[in-house]
Amino acid sequence: MFELVKSLTEKFGVSGNEEEIRDFIKSKIEKYVDGIEIDALGNLIATKKGNGKKIMVAAHMDEIGIMATHIDDKGFIRFSNIGWVSANYALGQRVMFKNGTVGTVFYEEQLEDLKGLKLSNMYIDIGAKDKEDAQKKVMIGDTAAFCGEAQKSGDMVISKALDDRSGCAVLIKTIENLPKTDNEIYFVFTVQEELGLRGAKTAAYKLLPELAIAVDVTLTGDTPNCKPMEVKCGSGPAIKIKDRSVICHSSVKKLLEESAQKIKIPYQFEILESGGSDPGAIHVTAGGIPSGAISIPCRYTHSPSEMVSLTDMENAVKLLTQSLVKD
Amino acid sequence: MILKELTELNGVSGSEYNVMEFIKGHVEKYADSVTIDSMGNLIAFKKGITGKYKVMLSAHMDEVGLMVTGYQDGMLKFKNVGGIDERILLGKRVLIGDKRIPGFIAAKPVHLQEKEERSVNIKLKSMYIDIGADKREEAEELAPLGEYVAFYSEYTELGNDTIKAKALDDRVGCAMLMELIKERYNFDLYACFTVQEEVGLRGSEIAAYRIKPHVAIVMEGTTCSDVPGVDEHNHSTTLGGGAALTIMDRTSYGDKALVNFLYKLAEENNIKVQFKRTTTGGNDAGKIQLTGSGVKVASISVPCRYIHSPASIMSKKDYDACLELAKLALSRFNNDEILGGLIS
Repeated sequence: MFELVKSLTEKFGVSGNEEEIRDFIKSKIEKYVDGIEIDALGNLIATKKGNGKKIMVAAHMDEIGIMATHIDDKGFIRFSNIGWVSANYALGQRVMFKNGTVGTVFYEEQLEDLKGLKLSNMYIDIGAKDKEDAQKKVMIGDTAAFCGEAQKSGDMVISKALDDRSGCAVLIKTIENLPKTDNEIYFVFTVQEELGLRGAKTAAYKLLPELAIAVDVTLTGDTPNCKPMEVKCGSGPAIKIKDRSVICHSSVKKLLEESAQKIKIPYQFEILESGGSDPGAIHVTAGGIPSGAISIPCRYTHSPSEMVSLTDMENAVKLLTQSLVKD
Repeated sequence: MILKELTELNGVSGSEYNVMEFIKGHVEKYADSVTIDSMGNLIAFKKGITGKYKVMLSAHMDEVGLMVTGYQDGMLKFKNVGGIDERILLGKRVLIGDKRIPGFIAAKPVHLQEKEERSVNIKLKSMYIDIGADKREEAEELAPLGEYVAFYSEYTELGNDTIKAKALDDRVGCAMLMELIKERYNFDLYACFTVQEEVGLRGSEIAAYRIKPHVAIVMEGTTCSDVPGVDEHNHSTTLGGGAALTIMDRTSYGDKALVNFLYKLAEENNIKVQFKRTTTGGNDAGKIQLTGSGVKVASISVPCRYIHSPASIMSKKDYDACLELAKLALSRFNNDEILGGLIS
């Protein structure tokens, strides 16, 4: 599992620029599915045919990042966020553009007080001599992802983009070992989740499934002096009850809970006060689609050093698999 | 110029019918059919020669403005419709309703304000519109509750190349669509003049759902902040810098192949072009992109300084660049292979 997560997190896939990660996932799953397509927005839809229930499984491929918006005469790059990027997390980090150009994110040092830190008074230094030199490597509109190589620490993975490459990994592992089932299953690797659940919306409309399950990360309440929340890293995959975008359908919640009990894996429930996820867009699509989610507890979400438990992920694969093959 | 007539019509979000009738009168003779949908979107359809693909062009007819929400004796209380910086309102002239009753936005005069009041901005809720009515009954008669209020602003040409007017956002788009529908193309063309963009991209959502186009181009007026006091890295667009293409804003991420195609097309044909360099704001592309199973979108915009105010300023050259680029793009789309390639 770690090797898969590592290679997934290494791929470039800032929201709206999911080509590289999509090609990689496609190459991993192609041989296991009956059909594969890429839709107008760029979602990757892999279908396992069947005559039973039509189920959509979603994990988003995109990651947060930045976009170059201006290059000054000295070659320093101003930028805008893509998805929710914290100025505090970004300070002093490295970013990598799609072509491999690396830069440091820093702030205008005249700032007296870091409370005034905003992305608009920060810049990226790619070590360019001047504007012309910078433009050889980076153009306005180019996007970059934060650097944060995946490393293993005990049962934990520390990496950038675990939101939601860990969900992608769970889907890939599920696809690779899917037991025989009559259900027609659409594995959708969605785009632009971090910009407002966009890919999931159009994919759900196209597929009109009877039921949808998303696999994404969720926040935890198990770090020093953090906001209270009943989710812990390592205590098993979380069955989503609600977040700011969705109240999960009771039938999906029940399916997931009964599946977890049947295969005897640890699980927990998730009530996320802030943040939304793909089911938020899916459940109100067309005439309505019963939706739920398996969430992987993730510390330091949207930082370049997110942290998830490998055991939680392994159990998420088991839980998803069991839920999909149940009649 | 058609832009003078268009910007001097009033069509605050939800009351676009005057603009709609005007446009209808002009496009009817070029369109194969003209539909007005349940929200008031005007959809002018022109059948394509091969008709293999559906292309949607979108420009919104509505403009930001105000609405009468109450009375204080003969004075009108009001709220904004669409996003307006309330600090620009005081002292502005307005026109109320279809009768275009003149009014003036005012507040307690400066010499009667307390010291503390003078140091802070006067809030919209403390302002009122004076229409010269003494009594509430008289005011109610002239300006019933819910009546729309538009900025009064004459179309004026400034200097050699610039235009000052209200509602350039997005009558510039309307004017361009009125021009683009004159041609017949290979693809089916849906020129959509949408409603209620300024209150949440509402009209375009149902228009796009009805059409389910393969590709959509939004023609807009967009922010331009190349003015004193703004650092260069915060300039969203530059006046005179040419047609502005959106890479990403708050509501959409333009289809990269399509946006790059437009940028290259402009460069190759010496049409001035720039990227919009901030990611704030939004337009109809946001809703169109997410329609049905997804639509490829791009936006071509005319930079407008002081957008959402009675005195927006644009460059005629930028307008020409946008129109020329759109014309050229559509003529390339005539090649089913080119269009098909962009869509696949």
